[in-house]
Amino acid sequence: MRYRFSPVTALAATLALSVTVALCVGISAASGLKAPEANAPIAKSVGKGEGALNLIAWEGYAQNEWVKPFEKNTGCQVNVKYAGSSSEMVSLMANGGGHQYDLVSASGDADLRLIYGGDVRPINIKLIPSWPEFHSFLKSPAFNTIAGKHYGVSYEFGPNVLLYSTKAFKTAPTSWSVLYSKKYAGRITVPDNPIQIADAALYLESAKPSLKITDPYELTQPQFNAAVALLKSEHPLVKKYWDLASQEISLFQSKTTVVGAAWPYQTNTLKADKVAVADTIPSQGATGWADTWMLATNAPHPNCAYKWMQWVTTPKVQAEEALYFGETPANADACSYMNKIAKGGCAAYHANAPLSYYNTIKFWKTPLAQCGNGKSDCVPFQDWVTAWTQITS
Amino acid sequence: MRPAPAGAGLSKALARTLWRRPWLRALLTLSPPLAWFVVIYLASLLVMLLTAFWTVNPFTNTLEHTFSTANFTQLFTGTYLAIILRTVVMAAAVTVTDAIVALPFAYFMARVATARTQRLLFTAIMLPLWASYLAKVFAWIVILQKGGVLSWSVQKLGLGAVNIGYTNTAMWIVFCYIWLPFMVVPVFSAIDRIPNSLLEASGDLGARNWRTLRSVLLPLALPGIVAGSIFTFSLTLGDFITPLLIGGTNSQLIGNVIYSNLGTANNLPFAATLAIVPIVIMIVYLTGARALGAFEAL
Repeated sequence: MRYRFSPVTALAATLALSVTVALCVGISAASGLKAPEANAPIAKSVGKGEGALNLIAWEGYAQNEWVKPFEKNTGCQVNVKYAGSSSEMVSLMANGGGHQYDLVSASGDADLRLIYGGDVRPINIKLIPSWPEFHSFLKSPAFNTIAGKHYGVSYEFGPNVLLYSTKAFKTAPTSWSVLYSKKYAGRITVPDNPIQIADAALYLESAKPSLKITDPYELTQPQFNAAVALLKSEHPLVKKYWDLASQEISLFQSKTTVVGAAWPYQTNTLKADKVAVADTIPSQGATGWADTWMLATNAPHPNCAYKWMQWVTTPKVQAEEALYFGETPANADACSYMNKIAKGGCAAYHANAPLSYYNTIKFWKTPLAQCGNGKSDCVPFQDWVTAWTQITS
Repeated sequence: MRPAPAGAGLSKALARTLWRRPWLRALLTLSPPLAWFVVIYLASLLVMLLTAFWTVNPFTNTLEHTFSTANFTQLFTGTYLAIILRTVVMAAAVTVTDAIVALPFAYFMARVATARTQRLLFTAIMLPLWASYLAKVFAWIVILQKGGVLSWSVQKLGLGAVNIGYTNTAMWIVFCYIWLPFMVVPVFSAIDRIPNSLLEASGDLGARNWRTLRSVLLPLALPGIVAGSIFTFSLTLGDFITPLLIGGTNSQLIGNVIYSNLGTANNLPFAATLAIVPIVIMIVYLTGARALGAFEAL
């Protein structure tokens, strides 16, 4: 067969392709999404270690402080492949970890893709002794537990906070609106990340109730367009879209910016450096990340994987990780260990905060065409990436 | 007579064959680097070209090996055309600036300086190349940011505040600095090759300095400038670190979009589509450079 493409056929092909994709997505939504591995056999007990463990992790998630003791105690040699983004994690985990990887430290925006892609399988949560000590809302969260099946064990989480200079703000700002206010033109910084559209949507949820946004990650086209329009109007006010936490730190150190979206890590680093800053979770709430260690469908070393999940959920390792990375542990007992390692460490990362604090966080999840409303008219993540390029360029 | 060992006979036969057939010798010598070039370089370029016609499943993020021109349709939309234009303009601005800065510098090095000064200047111009790219860019952040060295010095001189950190101007300055050695060296070697007699003849025929520069020096240095411009232009075209660290909110270049499509979005096909753009631009550029005799000055 020979192909000759005129612009018209190219356009037709593109249209046909989009229709096919829309149809496929529509069909899968109509029939209800199914996790392919939902009925995979679940381990009854943890056997002898296989001598090795292959992880896909965020940088900072496999530090020697807790990897070395683990290797010594279990004989499982830890090999780590660091991933730079959630999408990279999803790609690496394709085909159930490819008979190569055992565990992945996936964030909420990758979890569903891994579960519905059949790349991870349910675990026996009873084999994780520290699990009962978890904050109740992280025991069986919707992003890693479906129909009572646990596709991994929760690890750590953190909010995206509103960071501000206490010199520029005599009283703490109570709304994300300061990021869209002309008053701070040229002194605002926000992350260079498509998921930032969710932050705009979260703000619009209360600022423009007529849009009827209920979930910042499940946006219909009009809701999505409103969020994108808001971000486009913010563009002239932004000094810099930061890619690295260190960039935002230096922007605040040099007083180039006075307000921005940040992680608690930046706040703590700046405070330690005696820069007059503070952070807050505004009245609209905040987005955030919650990571889960998930077991690959074809994990070659399942026993070592279970041993790892048991180990990293113990209060001490949870505390070490939390302080190293600047996030909050899932294990409620980690608080006292955090204080032991660094004075006030528990409070600094909100590990002692009440449940109401956690409820203000809308955790990252994958924007899918199939929204929770049973329809499939939401904007998928790929379109978020395209829109983000348009916003920031 | 004792029979020769089998191995020795074989190597002798091989030596004889090679001696009789020079083309075989050439083939054996050239094939490893050629294989490297063809297999590693050209083949991977070809694979990239092919990838540009594939798509990514939006849900599972897996490659779908079906032929589609959707990526190219997307490329020719306003957003990406604007980014391509910005990249080309930035590369051109950096190239022109570097040429203007490099020409008097290279002239001084080649024709005025003593051998000792020349060596010193050469070291000075090459020295930054031995430092890490990132270290240099971070140093520029310290210089250009608010309250940085530049702003501080200008303020001390009573000229008011200069706040150009995180702008396209900052990006342009840093690019000019970083790629300057790549312009100075070819321009120097071009000027160095101009025989003194030509300049003297120009003077003897009554041409003043300006006329000699315009009619003798510049035309003879041009191949060197064009050769240097190939470096400065292509290096700017492909860079994504300086825009990321120094640039502001309107500083995305092609490299940044490729980077975010590879990393954040993991959309390999579209990244490949974008990567073809600088290749095409460079092919056009090199064809023009060849016409100006740039490759004789390399």
